Amino acid sequence: MTSSEAVAIGLTHGGSEDTGLGNRGPQSKSIVVPYGFWLFVLSDMVLFSALFASYASLVHATDSGPVTNQLFDRTNVAIETASLLLSSFVCGLAIIAAKRKNLFWTEAWLVLTGLLGLVFLVIELREFAGMIAIGAGPQRSAFLSSFFTLVGCHGAHVTAGLLWIGTMMAQIWAKGFQPHIGRRLLCLSVFWHALDIIWVAIFTIVYLIGTLP
Amino acid sequence: MTEHDPEALNVAPGEPHDTLLSETLSYVIGLGLALVLTVVSFWVASTSELWGPGVAVGLVVLAIAQMGVHLVFFLHITSGPDNTNNVLALAFGVLIVVLVMVGTIWIMAHLAAGMAAGPELTNLQMQHG
Repeated sequence: MTSSEAVAIGLTHGGSEDTGLGNRGPQSKSIVVPYGFWLFVLSDMVLFSALFASYASLVHATDSGPVTNQLFDRTNVAIETASLLLSSFVCGLAIIAAKRKNLFWTEAWLVLTGLLGLVFLVIELREFAGMIAIGAGPQRSAFLSSFFTLVGCHGAHVTAGLLWIGTMMAQIWAKGFQPHIGRRLLCLSVFWHALDIIWVAIFTIVYLIGTLP
Repeated sequence: MTEHDPEALNVAPGEPHDTLLSETLSYVIGLGLALVLTVVSFWVASTSELWGPGVAVGLVVLAIAQMGVHLVFFLHITSGPDNTNNVLALAFGVLIVVLVMVGTIWIMAHLAAGMAAGPELTNLQMQHG
């Protein structure tokens, strides 16, 4: 193996070929970094599974307060679902443009991704405000505590994702398509797609099953 | 796939790796399938033509199908040889998620059934107390 090949596969310590990691040595950063982030995203889903489990256990513990059928509006949920799904799709288009180092389309698709995420977040916050206004806040019953924890935790993730999208747009603008910027962008897309997967579970278990006749 | 291509044997999750057309097509197909599954979910939840007790189960199945669509077409988690690590990590995550959710719901449902004592039992406890 030549030294340039060793650098190309991330084997940068030089000297012995025996790395203890097989003949090819460790994977390059472009694999290791998103893989590590993938493990984080999966552990995030484990966190959400605990919130789903507590919600499912407490959904009938309404303490004579409002129940799911009285609180949830399917039209709102449909708009939220559509905007988050489109946002996830557009985020993929941004990755395709970034891979080809096209500055205009990368930034344009990222703006659209963020705007669709913002639409989702605004509708969700209005729903929360409306529920709290009619006395169905998180203090009302165990059901509402678990509802606000589960859906609010997803909303907090979306908020963090929006801040991350803004940061990435600024970094791409200022630093260009360097390898480490590309890795961060890929991690962002994994995060954003994962949020949409969790939303699929939320709109099915919380909203659709909660509003069955 | 050449012997010394470092990217050939593994791909990162979420990373498209093909021509512009086929990469875009993957996302378009994913979007289409996800939209269809979402619309079917909302229809199943709204219609009265289906057998009532089966609706909730059907909705969960549709949700799991849509998660699969997202994983394959958006996150590019496939069964290919370059994806083994990503799939194994996913499999472990799914195992823990299923254990946590099924275990909790099972135990808590039994607990709720055990706590929902009839009036005669409640009276008995009060007499002893």
